[in-house]
Parts: sequence; C-alpha cells; structure tokens
Amino acid sequence: MSEYKMHLMVCGGTGCRASQSDTIVERFKKELENKNLDEDVQVVITGCFGFCEKGPIVKVLPDNTFYTQVKPDNVVEIIDEHIIKGRKVNKLLYVDPSKGIAEPDSKHMDFYKKQIRIALRNCGFINPEEIDEYIAHDGYEALGKVLSEKTPQETIDIIKKSGLRGRGGGGFPTGLKWEFAAKAKGEQKYVVCNADEGDPGAFMDRSILEGDPHSVLEAMAICAYTMGATEGLIYIRAEYPLAIERLQIAIKQAREYGLLGENILGTGFSFDITLRLGAGAFVCGEETALIHSMEGLRGEPTVKPPFPAESGYNNMPTNVNNVETFANIPAIINKGAEWFASIGTEKSKGTKVFALAGKINNVGLIEVPMGTTLREVIFEIGGGIKDGKKFKAVQTGGPSGGCLTEKHLDTPIDFDNLIAAGSMMGSGGMIVMDEDDCMVSVAKFYLDFTVEESCGKCAPCRIGNKRLYETLNKITEGKGDMDDLELLRNMSHVIKDTSLCGLGQTSPNPVLSTLDNFYHEYLAHVTEHKCEAGQCKSLLKYNIIADDCVGCTACARVCPVGCISGEKKEVHIIDQSICIKCGACMDKCKFNAIELI
Amino acid sequence: MAKVKTLADLRKMKSELQSKIQLRENAENPESVIQIRVGMATSGIASGAKEVYNYFVEEMAKRNINGITTQVGDMGYCYAEPTVEVLVPGKDPIVFGYVDVKKADQIIEKYVKHGELLDGIIPPNYQSII
Repeated sequence: MSEYKMHLMVCGGTGCRASQSDTIVERFKKELENKNLDEDVQVVITGCFGFCEKGPIVKVLPDNTFYTQVKPDNVVEIIDEHIIKGRKVNKLLYVDPSKGIAEPDSKHMDFYKKQIRIALRNCGFINPEEIDEYIAHDGYEALGKVLSEKTPQETIDIIKKSGLRGRGGGGFPTGLKWEFAAKAKGEQKYVVCNADEGDPGAFMDRSILEGDPHSVLEAMAICAYTMGATEGLIYIRAEYPLAIERLQIAIKQAREYGLLGENILGTGFSFDITLRLGAGAFVCGEETALIHSMEGLRGEPTVKPPFPAESGYNNMPTNVNNVETFANIPAIINKGAEWFASIGTEKSKGTKVFALAGKINNVGLIEVPMGTTLREVIFEIGGGIKDGKKFKAVQTGGPSGGCLTEKHLDTPIDFDNLIAAGSMMGSGGMIVMDEDDCMVSVAKFYLDFTVEESCGKCAPCRIGNKRLYETLNKITEGKGDMDDLELLRNMSHVIKDTSLCGLGQTSPNPVLSTLDNFYHEYLAHVTEHKCEAGQCKSLLKYNIIADDCVGCTACARVCPVGCISGEKKEVHIIDQSICIKCGACMDKCKFNAIELI
Repeated sequence: MAKVKTLADLRKMKSELQSKIQLRENAENPESVIQIRVGMATSGIASGAKEVYNYFVEEMAKRNINGITTQVGDMGYCYAEPTVEVLVPGKDPIVFGYVDVKKADQIIEKYVKHGELLDGIIPPNYQSII
C-alpha cells in the first residue's frame, strides 16, 4: 500500500459546505490526479473544525497548516505552492487581528490553545462517512469493552463516577438517569437521542452528528446495554439534512459491520437504531414532548412524574440523552472515569461545547473544560468583540437562559455558577452583544421566539408569555411606564412558578436577567423615552438643526407623510406627532441639517 | 463487507486501519514524535530534495519509525542542499547538509534510531523565535 505523504482535511460541515467546500474537495481530487499526486496526497472530508467564522477551512497535515476562507480558485495555488514546493500560501493563512501576523499553523492559534476536545474529538479529524476511520481512532472499542468485560451495573458506575451531567441543558447526572432506566421494568425498553437542537444560535449537536455520527451510535448502544434496551431512536429535526444523511450512512455502515443489529461482537447483545424526523418545534426538545412527537402525537409535554425512565415511548421505560452527552460516553469508557473527573470543576466535570455567535470575532464552535471563564471564552478564544466595540452582555442558555454582564466575565463557567449568576448552561449557545444592542429589545426577541414556540397547552406559558411580549413591545415603543416594569417582574415569576414544562418555567429568564442587570436601560425607556443603544426606532426623533437649514424644501418634498413644513429659504420643522421615522429626509438633506436624537 | 464478530476482531481491524490515520495522530502532537523536515525550495529540489523526501516518507514507514516527514522552505544553507532538519523529542534540532538517499539511510539508522551523530552537521546560524 502506498503511503500518503500528506492529508488535506477539508471541512464538510454545513457552514463550510454553504461556501462551496464540496467544490473545493472535487477540485482538489481532480487537480491532484492531473498532477499525478493522488497517491501522495489524501483528500479527506471532515466534520466541523469550529472556526466557522473563516470557513471554508482546509487543514494540511502533517504540518497543521490552517488555511481559511479557501475558494475553489485557490486549489491550484495550494497544490503548486504548498504541496509541490513546500511553501505555505501566506495569503490564506489566518491572521490574528490582535497580533497582525499570519499564524503558520493551528497549533499557534489562540482559538485552539485553550480548547480540550472530548465530545468534538473526531470532528475535523476523521471522515464522518468512513466507519474505518472511526474504528482506527478507537471507535467501537468502548462498546466492545463494555459488552465483553463489564456488567451493566459496572458500566453505569463508571458513568456515575465520571460525574458526567446531561449536556442538553438541565445538567442532570447521566449515570443516575441510566440507573433509573436500568431498574425500571418493562417488556421493551428504549434509548432515545435528543437531537432536536432548537436554541437560536446553537449548532453543537448538529456539528457533532455531522462530524462524528458513530460516537453517538456507539454511546447509544452502550446505554442500551446498561438498561436492557434493544431499540434506539434518534429524534432529529428535519432542518438538519446533512446530519441526517451522515447518520443514515453511519447506521448503514455499522449494520454492515455487525456493530448494530443481532448478536453484536458475538456477545448475544442486540440493538438497532432508527431515525425519527421532527418538524422543528422548540418544545420537542423537552423529553416528554419529544416522546409524544415520536409516537405520532402532538408535541406537547406532560407532567412528570411519571418520568420517561418509568413510562416513556409507548409507555415503556425510556432513557433520553442529548447528542453531546452521548458523544462523551465512549471517551469516558476508554480513558476512565478518573480521567474525565479530573477535568472541570468540583460539581461539573469534563468539557462543554459552546456555539459562539453574535458580535464576536471568531464565530464558531469551541469546547473548553468546565471552569473556563467567560472572559477566556469571549476574549481569548473568541477573539473579542467585532469592530473594536465594547462588550455589553453575553446571553447563555438560549431562550431559557439569561444575559450576563461585564461583572460576570471572570465567573468560571459551570452548571451551578451560571445558575447562581442568573442564567444557565442550557445546551451551550453563547450570543455576544455589544454596546449597540438594546437589552429591552434582546429580551423582546427571545420572548417573540417563546411565544412562537409555546405549544399552548398550559395557560401561563400560552397567555403569560404573550402578555410579557406585549409589555416589552410597549416599552420599546416608548409607551411604557413604571407600572409596566413591576408588571414584567410579577408576571415573570408567575409564569416561572406555574408553567407545565421547562419551556414556560424558563421563558421569562431573559426578561428577569435583563431587568436585574440592565434596569437602567428599562428606566431610560420608560422615564426618558430614550434607547441608549439607538435600536428602538420609535424612541428616536428626527430633528432639523435650525442653524444649518437653508430652506431648500428638499426634505419637505421627499417626506412621504408630509410632516415637514416651512417656507422657501426659511428653517423647516418636523411635526413629531405625524413623523413615521423613515429617515428619507435625512438621506435627502444635502446640508447635514437633520439629526437623529 | 465482513462482519466484525468479536472484540478481538475489532482490535485486529483497528491495528490494520491505524496506519490510515497515523499521520493525523502524529500531527496532533508533533513534539512527541520524530520530525524530519526536508528543505524543498527551488535550490533544494534542483539538488534532489524531492527524492530524499520521498525516501524518508517511505523508509520511516517501512522501518516502523513513528514520525512526521514534512517539506519546508529554504533553510538558508543553499550551499549544502539538500538540507534536512531532524527533530528528536527532547533534543535540539540538528541540520544535516548534502543529504542524498545514502545519507538519508544513515540518518535514519544512526541518528534517528541510536542517537549517533554523523558527518555533515551544519552548525545553526539562527535562532527560531516561534
């Protein structure tokens, strides 16, 4: 067999594919063949490298050269310069804005220095469509080990000892959950993978499924063994076509190898997995709603208990875990509970994957040990705020979480610290906001989302959130008063206390956390009718500067509602009660005589 | 496709497949393996660096030595091309000049395997700052 001298790793995640990474792969293959290099250089389509901001990414191994924003037209240049002559193509290297120099390889990039990749260990490392590469990188070793050498209870004990907590948001100890399901009695038991990732700005689970689907299949099989299940179901939203395709390929390959199906590895254990496509409803991330949706019913939650561990899918014992939780399992089995427990903080072990989004330089996917501070994540790994603006807040935990401010930047991130700070871990979305973001509008944005996504089963969530949204809207339009602020707080507490499921119990969090941390902004909106960030259009006023107005009448002629009056060559005036704030007058004025206040 | 019937089967399969991704695993931790860097600028290639590079890639694999062979730019010792820099974990890098296939064989056998120095070492005339 000929040895490949180089491996070209091309990101095949959704983000990079949207910027033509599949064309880049094809062109690399074609050009390498033309130049008789196809036996020397292997082109590998991989999962997400995490550095989505600068995709498509092409990483050259063994020298770890990290090319960013590669276009199909750069292919020939990379081959001629780098592969043939050994000279890096400087213009495609990543330039760290804070240092101003091109980074020669990924080992030098601040983005990767603080990361520890456990759940993402195979993303960007193997071809997700090749089971052989997964096996070569310790794939299915954990399943084999568990089936041949451990009893179900021993396996559960390893997971319990590792301290792994559910990565979907709640942070419930995974080992304990498995134990409940193992102890429950039923003629058929089920393992379910929750891949209904629905937070705005979150794409951790999608990236894991796209980059390393086998690790989830392997972990589900391990879980099935511990609880005595023979059927597995992955509930995934239909909006993730690439993840679905890769999962289907992975399931097919695992079946062909006998790693799913009857009598796995000759141990007598049988297990198989099927996919269930969801239509993309946020509430279906809640496990009881998810189970109903899989049963063909409306995606509505029911009161717990009974917990799914006792009565879940088809009223049988069911264990539901999130994608990232599963992705950690094979690594824990292979490397040991002590190893995993040595990473992280006292009560939150291991690492957490975060999706960085918003006004941050390095938008992307990162995995850091629990206990890393927000400052490290945002300023060191994330590269700071876009365009040199000032950091204002970071929203963690999606619509169920809250906004954290400058004073929280040095808080070590873990499940308990985030809750203590008034937010939550959630599934790991992190949306960064700068000085131009109005916090009342941010709260309104999340409420808009929850109003849309509420299933409507219970009144506090269905009606309460709608009222919250309306009150916030009133404030952003400058029509709010002090009573509204009180109302927001009271209503939020009632919704939290009385809603049926996690969606309603957490939906007022964005309101409460912005009220706590940015009360002055709410005050400015209701008392001075001012929006500091300049985002609430209704609170803005167009004003004609008398000294600069020459009375050319241009503004009066362009105004669609005729609210500008004034004689020729005399100062004009805007009637604020009629003005619709379209800004046409300001665009038209040649003398810069119209200002926004 | 053959079924994987036992854990032993799986492990055998893994060891056979491992070579497919060995290069990637080495690249994850380059400091922990032997690195051979062949100077492959125009002058290097003109004096036969390509042949030397290919030889290193193939022979290191054949002789079961875990390492990374990369091509790098001009190292500045154009008078002594082809030049090869060898990094053994825990030791200072050493640059060999006038390397041909025969010399490459000696480098692997003597220096890489046993740490014995041989003729043709170029004293470093620079410091790397990264």
